[in-house]
Amino acid sequence: MAARGRIVWVSGPAVRADGMADAKMYETVTVGDSKLVGEVIRLTGDVAFIQVYESTSGLKPGEPVIGTGNPLSVLLGPGIIGQLYDGIQRPLRELSKASGSFIGRGIVTTPVDMTKKYHFVPSVSIGDEVVGGSIVGAVQETDLIDHPIMLPPDHKGGKISKIISEGDYDLEEEIATVEGADPVKMYHRWPVRKPRPYKNRYDPTVPLITGQRVIDTFFPIAKGGTGSIPGAFGTGKTVTLHQIAKWADSQVVVYIGCGERGNEMTEVLVEFPHLKDPRSGKPLMDRTVLVANTSNMPVAAREASIYTGVTIAEYYRDMGKDVVLVADSTSRWAEALREMSGRLEEMPAEEGYPSYLASRLAEFYERAGRVRAAGSPDRDGSVTLVGAVSPSGGDFTEPVTTHTMRFIKTFWALDAKLAYSRHYPSINWMSSYSGYLADIAEWWGKNIGEDWLDLRSQAYGVLQREDTLKEIVRLLGPEALPDEEKLILEVARMVKIGLLQQNSFDEVDTYCSPEKQYRLLKLLVEFYNGGLQALKEGATLSDIRELSVVSSLLKARMNIKDDEMPKLEALHSDMQKELKAVTGIKVSS
Amino acid sequence: MGGVQYSKIAEIKGPLVIVDDVENAAFDELVEVETSEGEKRLGKVLEVGNGKAIVQVFEGTTGLSISGTKAKFVGKVMEMPVSKEVLGRVFDGLGRPKDGLPDPIADKFIDINGEPMNPEQREYPKDFIQTGVSVIDGMITLVRGQKLPIFSGSGMSHNLLAAQIARQASVVGTGDDFAVVFAAIGVQYSEAEYFRRSLEESGALKRSVLFLNTADDPAIERIITPRVALTVAEYLAFELGMHVLVILTDMTNYAEALREISAAREEVPGRKGYPGYLYTDLSTVYERAGKLNGRKGSVTQVPILSMPSDDITHPIPDLTGYITEGQVVLGRDLFRKGVYPPINILMSLSRLMKDGIGEGSTRADHSEVSNQVYDAYSRAQEVRALAGIVGKAGLTEIDLKYMDVGDAFENEFLTQATDSNRTIEETLEILWDIVSKLPKNEITKIKDKYIDQYYKGK
Repeated sequence: MAARGRIVWVSGPAVRADGMADAKMYETVTVGDSKLVGEVIRLTGDVAFIQVYESTSGLKPGEPVIGTGNPLSVLLGPGIIGQLYDGIQRPLRELSKASGSFIGRGIVTTPVDMTKKYHFVPSVSIGDEVVGGSIVGAVQETDLIDHPIMLPPDHKGGKISKIISEGDYDLEEEIATVEGADPVKMYHRWPVRKPRPYKNRYDPTVPLITGQRVIDTFFPIAKGGTGSIPGAFGTGKTVTLHQIAKWADSQVVVYIGCGERGNEMTEVLVEFPHLKDPRSGKPLMDRTVLVANTSNMPVAAREASIYTGVTIAEYYRDMGKDVVLVADSTSRWAEALREMSGRLEEMPAEEGYPSYLASRLAEFYERAGRVRAAGSPDRDGSVTLVGAVSPSGGDFTEPVTTHTMRFIKTFWALDAKLAYSRHYPSINWMSSYSGYLADIAEWWGKNIGEDWLDLRSQAYGVLQREDTLKEIVRLLGPEALPDEEKLILEVARMVKIGLLQQNSFDEVDTYCSPEKQYRLLKLLVEFYNGGLQALKEGATLSDIRELSVVSSLLKARMNIKDDEMPKLEALHSDMQKELKAVTGIKVSS
Repeated sequence: MGGVQYSKIAEIKGPLVIVDDVENAAFDELVEVETSEGEKRLGKVLEVGNGKAIVQVFEGTTGLSISGTKAKFVGKVMEMPVSKEVLGRVFDGLGRPKDGLPDPIADKFIDINGEPMNPEQREYPKDFIQTGVSVIDGMITLVRGQKLPIFSGSGMSHNLLAAQIARQASVVGTGDDFAVVFAAIGVQYSEAEYFRRSLEESGALKRSVLFLNTADDPAIERIITPRVALTVAEYLAFELGMHVLVILTDMTNYAEALREISAAREEVPGRKGYPGYLYTDLSTVYERAGKLNGRKGSVTQVPILSMPSDDITHPIPDLTGYITEGQVVLGRDLFRKGVYPPINILMSLSRLMKDGIGEGSTRADHSEVSNQVYDAYSRAQEVRALAGIVGKAGLTEIDLKYMDVGDAFENEFLTQATDSNRTIEETLEILWDIVSKLPKNEITKIKDKYIDQYYKGK
């Protein structure tokens, strides 16, 4: 029976109602005369503590609270791709039809258009045995997304007693019947706080190619892995996340704007339909879902937005797709937890955050993974989770950053100093790390270049040496170093400008194919080795520094397109010629 | 005003009055508090339930008593009367006339809290605003609908800069209807007066609306001041189609008022005693900037805040920077050197610049030449630091060139008189003068075709 109670207390997004003995934990309720959406987060006697997902301004004690009997759930079916949702899966486009340019309250909409017809092709026949998660047919959702229709993972299964023939149907059509079970439609609902089950889980071994050199080459993330981007404001978190959302080689991207700027969501909405996926040539919006709870939208829905997004990601994973979920920013989500915790008068842990902050973060990041989905036929999919962290004052020792570091394997530390000198992406190569390097090295070796791991170590070694030498330079000036060490400084500068830096707004540089990344890396490493050899054979550092190939190497990332690999070949032979020449002169003289 | 009146006051503490035996009060409702002398003050409900209402009194609780105070629940949230007549007027921090004239005749009453803009309905801001201040136009470009704060420190020249932007940004973009909304939040009377005079001298006063809560006005009122100002700005922009520049000064005072209320409510504090919801609260102010699909006007915000002890990691500038679309940071060193405007470009940033510049709005080479100058100035700073240790003699020839570039940047580009209004072409010209001091092979961020076209060196 649905609970029916009355409001007894209101303070911001927190409401207490009595008469709620029948309410369940995490049940959704409608609150007040204007029917706001809320969720039960604590029960004491017959008093329910409710977080309300809409503004509570004007709400009064005495107004009714009615239970829905269901936990907070999302609707999963065709029509999700290309949408912009709020934190509880209400499409913002529909909201604007109801309330104009500003977001009104108490509006009821469906997450997808239930009347839109999709062309359904069945893939089972009468008498087939199916289980939870099994595929019964498929529709084409967008040009890029074929959308298998699956039984809900908790479906008890059985024999197919009816299956509809191929044709155009809307979402409410009964497309299949399983003996003794509810009718199967193209959609089902799933509670957001409950991870969707799967058969098996695998170790991630395939890199997620993002086209960003500092990520793919130096601190890679695997498909099904977890990563975090912490950084003070102005260090380029959002641009980096946008780059991943744009260029990652996944089939589906879920972008969660959690407590961030309104204009950033608008930017994605304006830009993505015009950007082409580098692999398929189709608009990027055809594979993207946006969940937006901007900073000035109600704080409780911000908490929900993360779960809404990850549940949608798991749904597409279960189809056998690689999904990337990008959350900007998990700090705002943690702050929403803190705010509700404060209103519940819970005992705070560090900096006022609740003591369960760490376990909530762990639960979230554990929903990443590469899995074999439930049901038949067999299919493998992955969810890669990338979360931004906005540490207060840029201090990485604050609770959200430190707890996040415990549960992720790739850490891209953004550095304000690099950003101030306009080194973008401002990922600090000394404090970042990737736990996937060993797992994915095989993929690079097999698909791109055998010596990839070795080249990467050599280039990284130069950066590490430079870091130590910089201390000496700071004290004594650069002239105090011998030429071999000055060469390290010079090559480190070239690696920074020619490889690590990447201009997201440059047409060519914004995406860099793995092939080009590998070749640039190889060129720089060979330049270093060749330079070292030249020094040994009598050349001076200024001879090497003044080679005309230096500036070509620095600009190659912008000047040479992904499909112009012969130009990189030519650059390679020019470089060898010039290095040889400079050595030759000295030797002969 | 109608509404139910209650006289059972349970407690008065700090800015809060707790009223007992209340029925039918709503969260966020406006409250009229009457003292025993009959003086009326405004407040709003922060928490209601179990027969109690916690009321925050904007004008403070001084002089209120348990026995003589009455609280009337008005039955609606706080609203600001708006119409075209507000232009040219001066109001107090709660939106009541302060210029001795009667209330403007209201076209409508609007909830001062506003509603969040639907991100789907926003129009992405990309119209370049020429402020005539080279460093802003060239390197930290402001666009219509942006929120770009000035991070300053006590005593620095943020007021001169904001006033210069307000004067000069208003005169260009001819033909479009513009307005300036100025909100003084706990600043000294002289600062507010400086703005008024500056607007008057430029002839912009009749197109301006001023909200003044000066340092001697009630502190809690400051929670309201930016909200009434933004309500008027939104009305002018989205109902009357004007391009509105909103200047809010000083947001640090706003955050302090918020902390005072939070402390009185005995909430668990976040950093430095500021409430855990400071970010969310600030966003409900800053996010009220932008453009909307299908509407002509825009709200551009230039909030000013003073960084306590010049510390950019202090919670107020820190959380502001996470919400706003960039920041203009004033530097103490430059200010001491006498540079005006003393903007530290390396710490400054305009997130919307990339879409506001380039071919069709400024010039195709704008982005690249500005990146190159950023890079060069950053190198110059490194070289200066190194020269401080090893002396000029220990520097290489190229290092010395960068030193020159740093000086030229500060003296020829950054430095500008408060009445100097440079066009974007002049600004770009000076940027190329600076780049041209470097040898060609040091220029790594500019495409060859622009170097061929604009480079003036050998």
